[in-house]
Amino acid sequence: MADAVEKPAGAARPEFRNIHVTELFGYRWPLAALVSGMHRISGALLFLIGLPFLLYLLQQSLLSEISFENYRSIVSHWFAKLVLLALAWAYLHHFCAGIRHLFLDLDIGTDKPKSRTSAAVVLAISLTLTLLVAAKIFGVF
Amino acid sequence: MTTKRLIVGAHYGLGSWLAQRVTAIVMTIYTIVLLGWLFALPELTYGTWAGMFASSWMKVLTLLMLASLFWHAWVGVRNIFMDYIKPTGLRLFLQASTIVALVGYAAWAVIILWSV
Repeated sequence: MADAVEKPAGAARPEFRNIHVTELFGYRWPLAALVSGMHRISGALLFLIGLPFLLYLLQQSLLSEISFENYRSIVSHWFAKLVLLALAWAYLHHFCAGIRHLFLDLDIGTDKPKSRTSAAVVLAISLTLTLLVAAKIFGVF
Repeated sequence: MTTKRLIVGAHYGLGSWLAQRVTAIVMTIYTIVLLGWLFALPELTYGTWAGMFASSWMKVLTLLMLASLFWHAWVGVRNIFMDYIKPTGLRLFLQASTIVALVGYAAWAVIILWSV
């Protein structure tokens, strides 16, 4: 405390605010932080690309038989398949991590080991389902 | 002893928090119902797919889900901007653009759903 007293009034005090994006990788990323960061990234991806692309596809799929064929040809292109796979991952991750959030809101699993376990479960389920979607999109079954 | 404290903040935090949960639950239910329905379809053709969206209640439920989605997206994107975009002018521009985009998407969604 003596240090604080000796400091002149108005000296710069340390500020702890949101870290800058460029500082992100200087930190350790526990699983819960990883799931949280990916929740944000997946949400941004769904907003920026998912919303316009999926609304366009919905329109093409519903308008008429001809536009439905157009929809079919768009989604059979390899690049569209990659975009859809990325969006499927984003949706699945956001969905699973969101349900984890709802449990945390109810004070379920808020201690450190349990929140680490639930973060691992979110990653395991969302990545497994993404793999299944990838297999489906690229015609494994 | 009671202390009258000055509470700072914009006072919409709890509302946004609640809206994010309610809209998430609406979208979760819609997702599960739609997936169940899709797996029950014998074959995905234009007829079965467009037929699903032909009834008024399916249009209304889908629009309800999309309205939840747009509101949810607004809260989430606004939070991202508030965290990372410090210059006020730029943040205002991005937030205004987001609102315009989301309102436009909502109008587009109505057009899409009622074209079937």
